[in-house]
Amino acid sequence: MTTTRAGAPLDTAAIRAQFPILSREVHGRPLVYLDNAATTQKPQSVIDALTNYYSTMNANIHRGLHTLAEEATAAYEDVRQQVAAFIGASSHREVVFTRNTTESLNLLAYTLGARLRPGDEIVLSAAEHHSNLVPWQLVTQRTGAVLRFIELNDDQQIDVDTARAAINANTRIVSVVHMSNVLGSIAPVSEISEMARSVGATMIVDAAQSAPHIPVDVGDLGADYVAFSAHKMLGPTGVGVLWGRQELLADLDPFLGGGEMISVVTREESSWAALPHKFEAGTPNIADVIAFGAALDLLNEVGMDAIAAHDADLTHYAVERLSRLEGLDIYGPSDPADRSAVIAFNYRDIHSHDVATILDRSGIAVRAGHHCAQPLMRTLGVPATARASFYLYNERSEVDALVDGLLEAGERFGFAR
Amino acid sequence: MGSSRESQNPIDLDDLYRDVILDHYRSPRNRGAREDATVSAEGFNPSCGDEIQLSVAIVDSTVNGLGFGGSGCSISQSSASMMTDALTGRTLESAREMSRHVQQMLTDDTFDLDAVDLGDLEALSGVAKFPVRIKCGLLAWKVLDQALANATGESVSDDSDIPTRVTSG
Ligand SMILES: Cc1ncc(COP(=O)(O)O)c(C=O)c1O
Repeated sequence: MTTTRAGAPLDTAAIRAQFPILSREVHGRPLVYLDNAATTQKPQSVIDALTNYYSTMNANIHRGLHTLAEEATAAYEDVRQQVAAFIGASSHREVVFTRNTTESLNLLAYTLGARLRPGDEIVLSAAEHHSNLVPWQLVTQRTGAVLRFIELNDDQQIDVDTARAAINANTRIVSVVHMSNVLGSIAPVSEISEMARSVGATMIVDAAQSAPHIPVDVGDLGADYVAFSAHKMLGPTGVGVLWGRQELLADLDPFLGGGEMISVVTREESSWAALPHKFEAGTPNIADVIAFGAALDLLNEVGMDAIAAHDADLTHYAVERLSRLEGLDIYGPSDPADRSAVIAFNYRDIHSHDVATILDRSGIAVRAGHHCAQPLMRTLGVPATARASFYLYNERSEVDALVDGLLEAGERFGFAR
Repeated sequence: MGSSRESQNPIDLDDLYRDVILDHYRSPRNRGAREDATVSAEGFNPSCGDEIQLSVAIVDSTVNGLGFGGSGCSISQSSASMMTDALTGRTLESAREMSRHVQQMLTDDTFDLDAVDLGDLEALSGVAKFPVRIKCGLLAWKVLDQALANATGESVSDDSDIPTRVTSG
């Protein structure tokens, strides 16, 4: 089985056997999937949960009085409990299902943003994904609030000092990425939460990359709201999570109006359903939420500590091997201990799109481009980078394949091996 | 699994990275803005960040010369470099026709390459086999269309996939 003690190496052979896609070939070569920061692959148990739902219990939830509706509702609500336990929430009422991280953050920008006035400050970081930047830009257009940014330090990390420089008495909202999808660095979120609290600001954490890779406990983070996506942690696409402190969610106005989210509706007005249903208007993504439960089962079975240790080992190995290549630049913290599972790089003067196309011909999937973080690219002073990102099923031999693929790309562009 | 189609019609990296393309990428021709430009335009590809700036010197309906700047992958940059070489000395009409042919070569698999003479630019024909890279090849030509249309007082239909605009002229 795949059960391991924290810190012990994972039995990747047994884990890989659970992911059917990992046995396919691409251009006649075994797939080497290193694009996990974009989305992860799905284990058979998640695929089975989807078909099982549709073949045995498909029904709309929270409405029907028949057996199917009862079973589907129970299965859906069970996953809410599972998510609450996974992130250390104090109640399942604090867990709202959305479509993805982006929708969770838009929900917050829309509802919290409505309370802002001209001159109020929203603090983000220099490393935000567009999904934690654009919604806040829209808020500034509507309200006259202004954006401020936590800069990167000399080691391309968000640190306590750069955060302190951006947070002040005018700060109303602080929203930062926990783990950067480009730099791989982990922000000191609990310290930043402390600073936000001391000025009375609301603290939001984009955990889209951290929730899959390191243990995330909302209590430890000290945040008010946390957002992440199921599809980046073995689950299906179309499911996001917004966690919020119960008293804060209760105080927030709804985002979308419609069925499910109401209590009493008259022609003129309505009252809202209890948490979390107030924020789940309309028929939710029932099948995919239920299948997300199977993904969480696997993450729990392997253990988030073990996954974090495995990712750290692969990251160390990859940084060590890549940095021995002549002409290879790695972005992000210099010490691999300060990053997790994501390595953005450029090789020689070969554009990252060419690198990605050439690697793809060897069956190796990496991302190339701006990674939905154009302002960060500008800060780093590069138009684009290639990015390799790992997960629990990746092995050192796949890092070796990446290095070989890069040497081949170099040869094609006229550099000797 | 994807590979069945490929076994009938094998796609090789050599189709994409022809020597001519790599040569223009490593040693770009006509790089830099032209001082005698009569019109300048730029464009970028939002999905990947490639960008091209183009300056064109047009005298008496003839393209006297072109200069380009920008950054991006080998395909986008070599396409621009080859374009500046190929269009120098052509009439506006002939430049337009060449642009149409290159764009057809990149996007229309019924296009008959033997019916035209595109010179070095034929090296770009392999790009059509790599769907995600077609826009890289098109970028410079979309910018050219914008510049030439401005020179003759026309407007080009807006292509939001590859936004272009006139910067002077
Ligand atoms: C750090 C970070 N935030 C937010 C997102 C957005 O996630 P989604 O596209 O699932 O909404 C991503 C993923 O692309 C990400 O890496």
